[in-house]
Order: sequence, then C-alpha cells, then structure tokens
Amino acid sequence: MIPASFDYSAPSTLKEALNLLKDIGDEAKILAGGHSLIPMMKLRFAEPEHLIDISNVPGLSYVNFEGDHLKIGAMAREVDLEDSKEVGEKFPIFHDVAKLIADPQVRNFGTIGGNLAHGDAANDQPAVMIALDAQVEITGLDGVRTVGIDDFFYGFYATAVQEDEILTGINIPVPTGRFGNAYHKSERKVGDYATGGVAVHVELDAEGTCTKAGIGLTNVNPTPLRASRSEEALVGAKLDDTTIESAAQYASEDCNPSSDLRGSEDYKRRIIKVLTKRMIHKALERAQ
Amino acid sequence: MEKEITLKINGEEYTQKVEPRTLLIHFIRENASLTGSHIGCDTSSCGACTILIDGKSAKSCTILAIQAQGKEITTVEGLATTEGVHPIQEGFKENHGLHCGFCTPGMMLRAVELLEKNPDPTEEEIRWGISGNLCRCTGYNNIVKAIKYAGAKIRGAELPSTEPVFVE
Ligand SMILES: Cc1cc2nc3c(=O)[nH]c(=O)nc-3n(C[C@H](O)[C@H](O)[C@H](O)COP(=O)(O)OP(=O)(O)OC[C@H]3O[C@@H](n4cnc5c(N)ncnc54)[C@H](O)[C@@H]3O)c2cc1C
Ligand code: FES
Ligand code: FES
Repeated sequence: MIPASFDYSAPSTLKEALNLLKDIGDEAKILAGGHSLIPMMKLRFAEPEHLIDISNVPGLSYVNFEGDHLKIGAMAREVDLEDSKEVGEKFPIFHDVAKLIADPQVRNFGTIGGNLAHGDAANDQPAVMIALDAQVEITGLDGVRTVGIDDFFYGFYATAVQEDEILTGINIPVPTGRFGNAYHKSERKVGDYATGGVAVHVELDAEGTCTKAGIGLTNVNPTPLRASRSEEALVGAKLDDTTIESAAQYASEDCNPSSDLRGSEDYKRRIIKVLTKRMIHKALERAQ
Repeated sequence: MEKEITLKINGEEYTQKVEPRTLLIHFIRENASLTGSHIGCDTSSCGACTILIDGKSAKSCTILAIQAQGKEITTVEGLATTEGVHPIQEGFKENHGLHCGFCTPGMMLRAVELLEKNPDPTEEEIRWGISGNLCRCTGYNNIVKAIKYAGAKIRGAELPSTEPVFVE
C-alpha cells in the first residue's frame, strides 16, 4: 500500500517548522518517527497534503536529568529510554514499557513525543506519563507553554497540541524520598497493542505510608485514563493487601473498556484489576 | 511533486527523483534493484523488509525513501565482503537457520544490530531481540542458534555446536 500523494518538507529549525505549519494550515501534519502516521496514511485513514518532517530540527532528542526533573525531548526515540541505565535506575517503568511497545525496529524509530501527540489511548506511554505526572512542553510561534498531562488528552486522536504548534518536550518530576514505579500490559502477542495496561507510581514516607500515587490505564477508555479513585485509596494509607485490593477494584470499575477482538468488556475489567494489583505490588517492591 | 534524494545503499550512492510517498522498501527493490529485502505484511508487523539505517534496524515498509535522505542503508546484499560471508550469514548456513528463506534477510539484518549492541546475548535476549521478525517455517530454534553462533564468531569465542537439538 502506498499513501496518497503529499508534499514534503524537512525544515532545519524549529522556527522554520512552525512557520510552515502556520502557512500551510490544517492540511499539514508533523512527521516524527512516522510509525503511527505512515501506517494510517497507507490505509487512507489519514491523507495530509503536506508532511513536515522534524527529524532535522536540532535539540529535540535529549534525555537527561536536570535539577529535579527528567527531561525528554519530543524526538527522543523509544530506544533511547530503553537503553538509558540512568533512566532505568530512577524510572524502571520506562524499561517495563519500552519492552512492551511494538518491537525493536519500531522502537528505533518511534518517538516519545509522537507516542503522546498521536493521542491514541492504545499507546502505552500516555498511561506512564499520567502515573508520573508529566508536564508537556508545547511550542508555537508565540513561545512555549506547559500543559499538565491531565489537560493534554482531549479525545480520540485529539490532544492539547494545536494545529500551529509542536510538542517539543516532556518533563517528569523526580521525587526525593522513597518511590517506585512499574508498568505492564496484557497483549495477545508480542507487538500487539494492549488489551489493557496499567502504570503505577507510588511515593512513601519513612513509615511506609503512601504520600503520593499515580495510576494510568491504557486502552480501556476513549482517552488514556487516570484512575483517580484508586490513587485516593492509596494516599495516606499503608499499602496492605486490603488497600491494594480496593484500589484495584476501583480501577476496574472506573475504566470504560469496549468489547472488541482483544476481549469482552468484562474480561478487560478483570485484566485491569489484576494488573493494578500486580503493578502496585511491583512499584512497592521497587520502593524498598 | 517529485523531489531529488541522495542516499547510500551498501556503500553505493543513489541520487534519484522520487515522489515523497515512495516507501523506502520500494526504492530499495525497484529503484536500486536490490530485491534481497522482502515485503511480507506491508504493515510493519513481519520484519521481512528490515534493513539498517545508519546501523539501526528499521522496517523499510513504514519509512519513506525521502526520510532516508543522506543516510547509509545496509541490506542483505551488503553483508558479505571480499573476505567472505558475514558471521551472521555463516551462522544461518551452519545451523540451518532457514527453510524457505523469505524472512532470512530481515532476520539477519536485525541480528546484526542486536549483536552490535551485545555480542553475547542470552537466549531470552535473542528471542526478545527478534520479536519484530516473523518466521513461518523454522520454529525459530535454529535462528536462535544461528545468532548465538554469529555472536561467538564475532567475539572470537569458541563456536557452539551446530548439531541439531532434539526437543523432547
Ligand atoms: C507494528 C507497530 C506496533 C506498534 N505497537 C505499539 C504499542 O504496542 N504501543 C505503543 O505505545 N505504540 C505502538 N506503536 C506506535 C509507535 O510507538 C509509534 O511510533 C508512536 O505511537 C508514534 O510515534 P512516531 O514518532 O512514530 O509518530 P508519528 O507517526 O510520526 O506521528 C504520530 C502523530 O503525532 C503527530 N506528532 C508526532 N510528533 C509530534 C510533535 N513533536 N508535535 C506535534 N505533533 C506530533 C503527528 O503529526 C501524527 O499525527 C506501534 C507501531 C507499529 C508500526
Ligand atoms: S513488510 Fe515491513 S514489516 Fe512486514
Ligand atoms: S524460513 Fe521461511 S519464513 Fe522463515
């Protein structure tokens, strides 16, 4: 399958890219790794008239710890997080998720920015970013604005990134005390999108009381979902089996999966319950 | 709407006009007449079209030729040198790592990057490493052996046995 015809530019600065977006308007689309967009174009689900490839724009591929944040450039590839020892030490959740996203070839190309900007509830990074309370940096001709992850996903394939803007980076707060995080998804086979996935991040005080919790769910709602009731159940409590059980129960009740080829609604709720339980336990183990 | 692009495939430079929508796999097979890279699924699932772009394995059915502007591509035709076949090719030959051969070029290019990053992978690492490449013939065991063999060859370590392993 070959996509419908389109024009192509590969600007070498961010300003040039933003000017092109402004001039061409809504017929233009940003091309990052292309591993969500090109398949959609081959199937004619997307027929942009102009692709603006931002892979020549310098300074968007960083992954580094700066002050109390982990900063990830929009054009950092999935493999960059997977291969970073430093990231794995503080955020093993990124190694969990990388291994479950598609396959090595796709991860060599797919970008973190694209994974979020695509606005697909089936993608895995959104749930992780929800759990970690990420801030998304969006750049337009007027400058940079920062959007919290809870205000980022609008609807089906719709995000806070406007037509004349580019997602440029993601900032993740690095907690100082005890904390742990973990992600897992159930998939029919390696490389498949999630039947359901759960990202968990917990922070604990010296006594083991949970001071902060983040829980994000993959592919069980039209948009990536924060399991707020589950988080509330954990915060202020000692994470014993009863607490964890009720948090998992809330997640399974509060998600909105639809029955499809990957499983029935009921099956998916059960997957979410089991995975929430397991991921809280795993995050806790890692927080010791 | 054609645009001129220049890229290198196996060390040879190609400068051609292409439509932006030309997929890299089509450029490789049709413009450069290198038909070793295959098209299996055309949906980035099977890995038969795997090539290296600046040393990184990639599915060329999901990349535009124009995205490879200025890059160096390696296909299966570029693996052997005047010195002989590449260790991964020797590994596949010695371990009977293929039946019909359709998946083999992609499998080998993927293995080249895998071994470049880690020349001594465990069996599990190899199986995860080739999880984007499907083989409908071999059942994978001999492919895993072939990659282990090539790793040993690259490291200069003792070569593992090529005797068939019978699974009980
Ligand atoms: C076979 C296969 C299996 C996959 N399985 C998974 C999986 O299991 N889990 C998973 O999470 N993902 C999966 N993916 C998707 C993959 O991770 C994509 O690469 C990723 O979702 C999108 O990143 P990209 O860089 O390729 O974006 P592109 O495809 O280039 O872009 C996607 C969309 O985002 C927009 N966009 C991209 N970057 C920006 C930016 N910086 N600013 C503004 N807009 C932007 C584009 O305009 C486009 O609309 C799979 C892909 C394939 C091909
Ligand atoms: S043809 Fe490219 S992955 Fe199957
Ligand atoms: S040898 Fe036939 S598909 Fe692998």
